[in-house]
Amino acid sequence: MNLHEVLMSSLDSIRQNKLRSFLTLLGVVIGMFSIIGVMTAINVLQNSVESNLNVLGTNTFFIQKYPAVQMGGGTHWKYRNRKNLTYADYLQLKDRFSGPATITAENWHSGDPIKFEDKQTKNSVGIQGVTPEWEFSSGYFLQSGRMISRNDLEQMRNVIILGQDVVDVLMPQYNPVGQTVTIRGVKFKVIGTLERKGTIFGQSEDNVVIMPLTTHLKMFASRWTSLGYAIAVMKMEQFDEVQDEIVFNLRLIRGVPLTEENDFEVVSNTSLIDTFNQVTGAIKMAALLISSIALVAAGIGIMNIMLVSVTERTREIGIRKSIGARKRDIMNQFLLEALVLTELGALIGIVLGILAGNLVAVSMNVSGVFPIQWAIIGVIICSVIGVVFGTYPAVKAARLDPIEALRYE
Amino acid sequence: MALLELKQVTKVYQVGAVAVHALRGIDLMVEKNEYVSVMGPSGSGKSTLMNVIGCLDTPTSGTYILDGKTVHDDRIEQSSNGKLSDDELAFVRNQKIGFVFQTFNLLPRITALHNVELPLIYAGIHKKDRIEMAKEALRKVNLEDRMHHQPNELSGGQRQRVAIARALVNNPSIILADEPTGNLDSKTSREIMQLMDHLHDEGNTIILVTHETDIAKHAHRVVHFLDGLIASDELTPKGKG
Ligand SMILES: Nc1ncnc2c1ncn2[C@@H]1O[C@H](COP(=O)(O)OP(=O)(O)OP(=O)(O)O)[C@@H](O)[C@H]1O
Ligand SMILES: [Mg+2]
Repeated sequence: MNLHEVLMSSLDSIRQNKLRSFLTLLGVVIGMFSIIGVMTAINVLQNSVESNLNVLGTNTFFIQKYPAVQMGGGTHWKYRNRKNLTYADYLQLKDRFSGPATITAENWHSGDPIKFEDKQTKNSVGIQGVTPEWEFSSGYFLQSGRMISRNDLEQMRNVIILGQDVVDVLMPQYNPVGQTVTIRGVKFKVIGTLERKGTIFGQSEDNVVIMPLTTHLKMFASRWTSLGYAIAVMKMEQFDEVQDEIVFNLRLIRGVPLTEENDFEVVSNTSLIDTFNQVTGAIKMAALLISSIALVAAGIGIMNIMLVSVTERTREIGIRKSIGARKRDIMNQFLLEALVLTELGALIGIVLGILAGNLVAVSMNVSGVFPIQWAIIGVIICSVIGVVFGTYPAVKAARLDPIEALRYE
Repeated sequence: MALLELKQVTKVYQVGAVAVHALRGIDLMVEKNEYVSVMGPSGSGKSTLMNVIGCLDTPTSGTYILDGKTVHDDRIEQSSNGKLSDDELAFVRNQKIGFVFQTFNLLPRITALHNVELPLIYAGIHKKDRIEMAKEALRKVNLEDRMHHQPNELSGGQRQRVAIARALVNNPSIILADEPTGNLDSKTSREIMQLMDHLHDEGNTIILVTHETDIAKHAHRVVHFLDGLIASDELTPKGKG
């Protein structure tokens, strides 16, 4: 009996027991779906992170109190107990540092709408306070009007620059420059608008307003306020050198003893990508673990179903043996049936997984991926499962005594 | 040399502490193109004999030679020659035996043609040749027009004819029919027996188990069983004439 025959006969019996086959498939489908789905989604994220991570601008790094992504539990207090990064620290740092870079201090607030006439934005609008150097580190460009100036900062002026989303909501018909908006009842004069920047990871970059940091601190600062410093390096070659110098100076200013580690975080594109890879690595391991449990469960399900199938088809086995089927013919038939079942499940799971993973891509507006290596790994894993869990029922079928099998009711 | 030779064949079934002696020492020779019917009361060992001859079961003791090949010989101790392996038995069943059962034993969800093809599949015959041979066998039993029907779309007589075609398709040395008309009405039984007679005329060797004298008369020789032994072995009027 050749492979083709065995294949056809196993497809036959799968077709004849549709419901049962479907239930068996389900376990494999779920297992494969979760592996492939997660891996595809992560691939999509990775691709878009690598192409998008000019979020920060390649020549910019950040100093902040908390790390960009916190992994695990228990370490939160370590960060919370750090001294805040203050405006005073910033001014000192600027004083001491004279390298080829600009240093911006920023503070972020959200939760208050911007109002204009009878209109107002959602609470989610980002309200950012910055120093004039922001112009060089932010990656934003002016559409109209002017940037925040040193005078704005020093005199704590109530001036504001609007992002395009905010303009769209408040004053699509007007020329915004010169208008007055209010936040928490305080009037701000619009001095400029930003060019549209688009979305990153599905988030609009244009739902922001910019004001002088001093004004911002006066309105929003609390005892938990810790600033972020953005350092834009002029030449890429000097990136590491500048970073070292900034870190050195900041440690001095904050009085960190030589033997202790930094009491602040340095975040750059490379450190972000590292963190991202750490996170996705952990997710991958979890997905792999969950799916292997699902697949082992599925394998046991397959074994169970195949054992039922062997019992149900005892007479068929007897008939086949009576007309000349050898042990290995019967064995191959049942083993291949288990394999065809698992591969079918794998195929469905892979297709669904890739579709689901790419939904992430669609929702984030980035290009999709086809993780061929994971598809192949999936098929291999499923083959192993099919063989491992299909062998026992197949051997059991092959060992049946022809007479007893024929007599089975 | 005889096509089939049994010497002092016994079969004992062990059921718990009880030993059931189904065959107590059978001596039987069947020549090529003989037409033998086996009769006897229920439980006398007829089916057991057929299963031993058909290599579905192995004797407890004794010698069985089929077509010059030693299937079982307990005088030879070494397993290499004294007993065929499972695969060798399967090969004998496939090549030399054509079994026809009382309950037809067709695979339910495949067509008549595919059922007849099965022995050829296990014989490793190519698809093209296989289909031709299977169609030819169905033609012999006059069922060519039903070859694409599944068993549940066929009458009892038609099912038995499919089973006979399946038994024939590999050109076996011997056709073994264990009460082939047991589940059929008398008219259909007669048709099936006409078919068996015709197969005999074409040169086939047939052993047939039956409870009915009318059916047994078709054969040329009748073997009577009693309590696992052959009570009589004689020619029928047809065999004498
Ligand atoms: N697998 C078995 N286990 C135990 N005893 C068996 C087995 N098969 C047959 N027997 C016993 O062997 C004896 C012969 O049985 P067999 O089936 O050969 O009878 P038979 O002549 O074909 O009867 P019938 O005309 O009813 O078909 C019976 O006593 C039966 O109970
Ligand atoms: Mg019987």
